Amino acid sequence: MMLSKRNKEALFNPLSKDNPVLVQILGICSTLAVTAKLEPAIVMGISVIAVLAISNVVISLLRKTIPTSIRIIVQLVVVAALVIIVQQVLRAYAYDVSLQLSVFIGLIITNCILMGRLEAFALSNKPWPAFLDGIGNGLGYMIILVIVAFFRELLGSGTLLNYQVIPQWCYDHGYMNNGLMILPPMALITVGCIIWVHRSRNKDLQEK
Amino acid sequence: MENLNLFVKSIFIDNMVFAYFLGMCSYLAVSKNVKTAFGLGIAVTFMLVVTIPLNYLLNKYVLEPGALSWLGDSYKDVDLSFLGLILFIAVIASATQLVEMTVEKFAPALYNSLGIFLPLIAVNCAILGGALFMQQREFASCWTATVYGAGSGIGWLLAIVGLAAIREKIAYSNIPPALRGIGITFIITGLMGIAFMSFMGIKL
Repeated sequence: MMLSKRNKEALFNPLSKDNPVLVQILGICSTLAVTAKLEPAIVMGISVIAVLAISNVVISLLRKTIPTSIRIIVQLVVVAALVIIVQQVLRAYAYDVSLQLSVFIGLIITNCILMGRLEAFALSNKPWPAFLDGIGNGLGYMIILVIVAFFRELLGSGTLLNYQVIPQWCYDHGYMNNGLMILPPMALITVGCIIWVHRSRNKDLQEK
Repeated sequence: MENLNLFVKSIFIDNMVFAYFLGMCSYLAVSKNVKTAFGLGIAVTFMLVVTIPLNYLLNKYVLEPGALSWLGDSYKDVDLSFLGLILFIAVIASATQLVEMTVEKFAPALYNSLGIFLPLIAVNCAILGGALFMQQREFASCWTATVYGAGSGIGWLLAIVGLAAIREKIAYSNIPPALRGIGITFIITGLMGIAFMSFMGIKL
């Protein structure tokens, strides 16, 4: 009852078949910028899930009262208010991470996933499916963030969540961290490769 | 001189696209041909030049800790900086609307060529990102902030026109099917980013 077929689709489709980053190409900026290390990527993912789920519910509740002509401004105000809350919470409880994320928490406001989902889903659906859609898309976004950050941190600094993973004897035998992975351009190439793998597995997504 | 340095630096070294990945969504979506890419680039540059000084003044006279002291001594301790995001986005959204109406009225030719891109710019992260970086870097004057806005905009324009030109050229290349379209675009952007990194060594 709680999870009818349609609701299930709203929740699980964004994880792979309709992934916001790989298929809808939304929210790229932050995917690339915060993934040099795993920890900020996870924090960013959780923040986006929270903002997306709550703003989806709020807009869905307001959907019959918002005049179409000013809906973008209403959406921006709702999202901006939520992002400010997230920003203040992070400053209070995870100050170091909030410094690492610098302006990118603020940029959740203009993260296209939010506007995209609000426009495409929340404005025409009831609060409960909208909530599930928010959680689903947020998770889909976070999965990609975590995969990219996993490879970049592992290959770039030899650590995961700041724990040394590659043992010392590898370094003694001449293994070197690939410094290029830390630099911004490699994030793009990593996402490019993930899209490559994803589309070879889902042939119907390929562009001609 | 300092402003010239900042200008060059924000075009090449701190390039919005390659160093900070800002405005990626429209960058990837609207880079299929050079002409539209150029139109969007001009629109973004224009909005950055308009909104960054506006937000600079807002930040300096309303938001910063102690910024309200011009109202009188009792306002000296007011710190409104937590409202930054919401005010910046409001300024950007309303500036976009105003610019759109002005351009439509006084320069219909330009309006037709920019067309749908103008409203889209309100949610382009390059614009809000520019405002946030401006706040973070604490520029000395409004003029410096304007120079920064112009430089970032031109850097973005350069990046999107470059990508569009490459995409036009590779239209008939034999790319693995799974990589066609968006996949190869990501990788090209990455390679362009590596090329742009060669500017990093320049000390200005």
